[in-house]
Parts: sequence; C-alpha cells; structure tokens
Amino acid sequence: MFIKPRLRLVPDNTRIQFMKVRFTGLIISAVLSTASVILFFYPGLNLGIDFSGGVVMEVRTDGPANFAQIHAALTAAHIPDQGVQRFGDPSEVLIRLGATASEQATQTAVAQVREALTNGVPGAKIERTDAVGASVSAELFRNGLLALGVSLLMILVYIWFRFEWQFAVGAVVTLILDVTKTIGFLALTRIDFDLVMVAAILTILGYSTNDKVVVYDRVRENLRKYKSMPLRELIDLSINETLNRTLGTSMTVFLASLPLALFGGESISGFAWVMLFGIVVGTSSSIGIAAPILLFLGEHRLRRDAAPIAPPAGSSAAPAAKPAPPAAAAAPVISGPAKGAAVKAKKASGSADASSAPRR
Amino acid sequence: MMYFSRIKTTLVLGVCMLGILMGVPNLFPAPAAWMPWRTVHLGLDLRGGSYLLLEVDMKAVLKERLDSLADGVRQALRTAQIFYQTLEPQPDQTRILLRIRDASKTDAAVEALKPLISQDAATGLPDMAIGSDPDGTITLTLSATALAARATGAVDQSIEIVRRRIDETGVLDPQIARQGQDRIVVQLPGVGDPDRIKQLIGKTAHMTFRLVDETANPAAGGQPPPGDDFLQMQDRPGEKIAVRKRIDVDGADLTDARAGTSPETGEWVVNFTFNSVGARRFADISRANVNHRFAIVLDDKVISAPVIREAITGGRGQISGSFNAQSANDLAVLLRAGALPAPLTVVEERSVGPELGADSIRAGALSLGAGFVFVIAFMGVFYGLFGWFANLALIVNLFLMLGIMSLLQATLTLPGMAGILLTLGMAVDANILINERIREEQKLGRPPLAALEHGFNRAYSTIFDSNATAFLAHVMLFVFGSGPVRGFAVTITVGIATSLFTAWMLTRLLVSRWYVATRPKLLPV
Repeated sequence: MFIKPRLRLVPDNTRIQFMKVRFTGLIISAVLSTASVILFFYPGLNLGIDFSGGVVMEVRTDGPANFAQIHAALTAAHIPDQGVQRFGDPSEVLIRLGATASEQATQTAVAQVREALTNGVPGAKIERTDAVGASVSAELFRNGLLALGVSLLMILVYIWFRFEWQFAVGAVVTLILDVTKTIGFLALTRIDFDLVMVAAILTILGYSTNDKVVVYDRVRENLRKYKSMPLRELIDLSINETLNRTLGTSMTVFLASLPLALFGGESISGFAWVMLFGIVVGTSSSIGIAAPILLFLGEHRLRRDAAPIAPPAGSSAAPAAKPAPPAAAAAPVISGPAKGAAVKAKKASGSADASSAPRR
Repeated sequence: MMYFSRIKTTLVLGVCMLGILMGVPNLFPAPAAWMPWRTVHLGLDLRGGSYLLLEVDMKAVLKERLDSLADGVRQALRTAQIFYQTLEPQPDQTRILLRIRDASKTDAAVEALKPLISQDAATGLPDMAIGSDPDGTITLTLSATALAARATGAVDQSIEIVRRRIDETGVLDPQIARQGQDRIVVQLPGVGDPDRIKQLIGKTAHMTFRLVDETANPAAGGQPPPGDDFLQMQDRPGEKIAVRKRIDVDGADLTDARAGTSPETGEWVVNFTFNSVGARRFADISRANVNHRFAIVLDDKVISAPVIREAITGGRGQISGSFNAQSANDLAVLLRAGALPAPLTVVEERSVGPELGADSIRAGALSLGAGFVFVIAFMGVFYGLFGWFANLALIVNLFLMLGIMSLLQATLTLPGMAGILLTLGMAVDANILINERIREEQKLGRPPLAALEHGFNRAYSTIFDSNATAFLAHVMLFVFGSGPVRGFAVTITVGIATSLFTAWMLTRLLVSRWYVATRPKLLPV
C-alpha cells in the first residue's frame, strides 16, 4: 500500500471525445452565466457589511437565545432597522443594522445596541462588532473590484506572454464565465458578499487559471509533437492525457476545503462553500469551455487548414467537415533546437501577429 | 536533472532543517526565556481584540489654520492702522478674503501682511500667496504643499496623543499607525469591548479657561454679543452660559492633571498644575477678576464656572463639576495627554471577544487537521510511494510556511488559516503533475531513470506557469485588500513559494536518493 498506487481516478487509455459535446458545454455555460447575471441584478448580491456599510454584532447568550427579549430590548431603545437572526449555535444571535449616513451615526448605533443589550438581556455578551462607515465601505468595494480587475488583466497578459493570444483570450473568457457563475451562486445562496468573498473569487481565479494552463500547456506541447493531427483531435488528446491530473488536483483542493466548510465556523464556511463551488466550476470549465474556445479561435490559426475530422454520425452539433489537406502542408509549427525551447508558430498567410516564443 | 551534487543536497536539506527549526516554535510555548522563540502573530480575529480605523477631520485642521491666520491679519492691520470692510475665511478655496475700506491703501496693506508669510521648513517655499486688486480686495491663499505638511503634522500629532491616551488605560501592546493621507489604525489586542477607548480618543480635549460675560443673558435667546460665545453647560443639559471668546489660559499650558477628592466636600475633582507661562497668566487673570466667574471649557462645553475668590498664584487649581471616579480619571488622562489637533472619527470598527477568537482557532485547527489527513490519504492511495514522497514534502512545506511567516512576523488570521489549507491542497498539484508525467514517460517505454529525468523536466514549465498566475492574483489581493484578507493573501503567496521549493527540490532529492538506493526495474507510479 505504501509502494504501489492503489487507485486511478481515470483509466490510462481513456479517450473521451470532449470536443464532440463542445456546443452542449458552451450552451450550458452560457445559460448558467446568463442566469447568474440576471441573479446579480435581481435579487442581487447580499452585500456584506464590508461593502454595504452598517453594523453587525454577534451576541452570545446564556442558553438558547430569547428572541422576543432581544427584540423587546432593541425596540425599547428605539433602534431602527433591526435584523436579528440565529447564527450557528442556538445561543448565538446576529444583529444587523443598516448603513447610516454618517460615521458618527454608525458609532452611536453601536453604543445604543450595546447599552440596550446590557440593560435588557441579562447574560448577553457581545462577541463581535463590525461597524463600517459609508466612506470606508465604498473604498473597500472599489479596492475589491480593482483587485479582481487587475488580476484578470495580469493573467491575460501573462498567458499572452507565455502562450499564443488565442490561449490568453480563451483563458480569460473562461475565467469571466467562471466568475459570473460564482457570483450567481452567491446571489442564489444569499451568502454575504464581502472582502473574504473577493478573496475566494481571486483564489478561484488563480486555481482555475492553473487548471487551464495545465491543459493549454499540453496542447502547446502536442502541437509540436503531432504536426499533422487536426486541432480538434489534438485538444481531445491533450485533455485526456491531463485528465488524471486535472481531476486529481481538483480532488485534493476539494478535500482540503471540505473540512473548512463543515467545521470552519460560521464566519469562514461561506468562503469554503464558495471555494468548493468554484473548484467544480473551474475544473469543468477547463474541459468544457476553455478547450472549445481554443478550438474556435485556433482552428485556422494555430494549425493552418487542419480541419476537424468528419463528425461521427448522429452528432448534430459539429460543424461541417472540411477536406483535410495533405500532412506536409499542415506543418506550421517548427520544432526548435534540442530542448524544444524555442517554438515558432507562424501563420502561413504571413501575417505577423501569431508569432511569440514561449520562454523558459 | 536527477543528479544532486553534495553541495546541492546539503543546501536543500539545510533549507528544510532551517524551515523546520523556524516553524517549530509555533507548536510549543518557549521552554526557556532566553531562547529566540519567534512565532506567527495571531490576528485580532483569532486572539480577540479591537481594530479601529480613525479619520482625522482635515476640515477642522484647515479651519483652525484659517482662523489663526485671520487673527494674524486683524492684528497686522490694526498695527498698520488700516481698516477693513470684510474679513472672511473661505475654506473651500483655502484662503482668506479681505476687503479694505480705503482702496488706495491696498499696497500698504499687502506690505503689512507680508510678515505673516513664513517659509516652509522642508522646501523653503512660502506657505501662502498674497494677491491684491486695485479695488481693495486682498486674498491670502495657503499653498497646497504647506497645507499638506500641516495635515501630515496633524496626523502625526494625533497618533502621538492617541498613543499617550491609550497607554494610560493599561492596554498591553497597542499598535497605532498611520494609514494613507488622513487615517490612523489602532489595534488593541485583548480588548473585546473598545467603548472606553473610543470615548477616550473621541474627544479633542481642548481645554480653555475664559471669563464669563455676566452682562449677557443666554436664556433670553438671540445672537451672542460680539466677542462672546453661548456655550452649553456640561452637567446641566439645555442650560447655556455666555463666555468670552478670548482665551485667557490654554490647556496646552498644563503640565499635570490628577483625579482626586476634594478635602472639603469629598466629591471627585481634577487637580491640575500649570507651567510657568500658564501660572503667570492664571495669576494675573485671577487677580484682576476677583469675584467674577471664570469658565473652564472643554471642547466647547463648560465643565464648571466657579467664582474667583482670590488671586491664584501657585499655578495649581482644581476642577470640580459632578465627576465620579471614572469621569474624573478620564478627564485627567485627557488633560495629561494633551489636546488632539483635530477631531477624530471612528470610520471602521471590528472587535472580537476572546471567546469567539478561541472558537475560531479551534475550528481552524480542526479543519486544518482534517484537510491535511484527507490530502495525505489521497496522495498515498492514488500515488503510492511517490505520493508518500509528496506527503513528506507537504509536511516540510507546512513548517517552511510557518517558519517564513514567523520570520516575517506576519499575522495569521482566520482567512489566513483557510489559505494554509488551500495551499496544502494546491501544493501537491506540482507532485501530481510530476508523477503523472513520470508515469506517461514510463509508459512510452523509457527506462526508470530516463522516465524520472523527463518527468521532472517536462513538468517544470507547467508547474511554473500554473503557479505564476495564482501568485500574481494573490499579490493583487495583498495590494488591494485589507485586514484579515491580507493575511489570507500572505499565507497563499508564501505557500506558493514554499510549495514550489518542496515539490521541485525536496521530492526530486528524495526520489533520486531512493532511486540510487534501490535501482528499481520499474517505477511504482
């Protein structure tokens, strides 16, 4: 047991024709992302205190919380806009107050709640107070969006630099689709969207890119190795070759995040659930979205005139086959010196845009 | 690729040992005080404590500067015997607008105002510009650099005073730092309820001693007579008292203030001592105004307005005004620490009680343990011996992470713990890539050594590319994030770096040693 591997996720000679169902994948993804965008506008994200401003207080009581008593205490103190909800344990209560116009008012509200609870609810302990003023929340929101935007841009530039532009565009479009779905998930589950969620989305971005890079890297390698293989077949081959790794890494990250969702406590489990969702989305999009996009963008560029093989009967989605050219003409990729370090991809048409050399 | 020179082997093992040595202090308390026991700092969300973000009211700083400039202008014109129609501070344009009666004296007025210009200490540039029109309009506009310097000074001074006030409360290890242009971050470990601290730093505590205008009657309503203010009485809400605008003695001249009880009445009072300047002025004023009322004003509220019985010459005095032990003590603290140059507002507050912090640590540790076991089991089952090499590297990686974070004195937050977990999951990715690659190479018919060579070699660029993007994303998170989220970004970036090392160097070393020792015919991948 300590020497030989016991199990394999996928048998070695798996040859699933993923590209056959590429339209299905893209359509499902488009539908989910569109639904997510709709969910983003209606009902919208449940903005956490970081971004909405306002007050959140976590209160612990002796024994199960008496909501009527807490309500009465807050009402007696004329505290408006009170949302009191259970939070984890029966003895834990979350009190939310909406954003106020001024920082001063927010601070006054905190003091009022504190006083009302000490007077009206014996044994209540305030275990956490988050009070964020309007100017700070606006700033945090701006910085959160900035972090997301700049990260996407840097990923685009990085992949562009290391691969061809088709790879970069494919990756970033897929990432945007991943992010919209994650946002849809947030809107649907009503998990608070706060700074920690921005961190989760960025982690999903990083993880998902990682996944795409591995598949793309194999595509790049196979482009060099199989000079006459049609791109469609080549992408299928690359996905299958890396399938064990793709699923394996997803499993480890999933397994690492799962305990966090189950035992991490209220404040971090939301983060972990979003991560779990993101892992599933990111893994499936590497196969179902990023690869088809690459196929569409790269069909006549990465591999000149290498048309897809004729679609098997019954596949309605695949486009009409083009006659395959002789293998000799379909060798736009010239293998570099010994280590395979420098590779040039040239369009036969002579236009200069697609030439970039991956650096080691 | 699979050959390790002796130096390289020593280096790799040395780094691992060093990392473990630096990481170990996090697991045990220091066995002896003399040992260097550097550990990761626990964030306030884990150890309990308060985080306050304060904003210095820059409008107040500007207003004060313009007001004092206006005073200077009045004085200079009076000396030069030039009369003016209007004298208006305009904060929005950072200037004072002045209209003199006799337009022919414009040049003379500008000449008289010139001494008010002072040179900026750092740049040597004048701190304001005087402009004039032949119709008698004169503007004194403060320069942007001078204002910025003043704002910086105001924040620095505020930090100093906030520190003094907090030190007086006995909070251990408070951290007070500037953030950005006009903000101050205050971190108070162990303080779950920052109410008292907020009260202490929420007061400007500018104390003045001024004469009461006994001829004016605020109860009659209307505007206060020129030179007077109607101020609120502190302990009698709704009641106002007419106080002269002129400040006779300023609180800045206090050298000491202590809470105590009055021997006569037994009630709580604050005893204060003036410095020599204050003492002299206090003596002069009190001598000239026996049997008149003297107001002690704190932040535009009158604490008390006693009648002066006799000249007070010793430079000592007493403030009474329905204090209790706490409020007398607080006032003494405020007076000792000095006045803030401008009001501070709490714009963000996050406090966590110690109980919740301990719960978070427990939950985080439990998740970390469970996640670790899951990942290790997965690697063992799916990759056999090579999986166990990866697991060993993973354990070293955990120590390296802790070690580097201890060295950097980084802060571990709850999201940071989540970051460690994710790193554990991601760290084995490099090993999975390598193992899968070796397996493929072997299936292509390569002999074991060649399969290892090619496997590691080919996996390298993939590992590098895939980690670089994740690294970039988290650096951005660190740059734009704040608070606990930054802790998350730190653990992930550190984790990516250490996992590259352990996966690429350490597992390769382990595999190569194993190969040399066993010379297997077939790799168990």
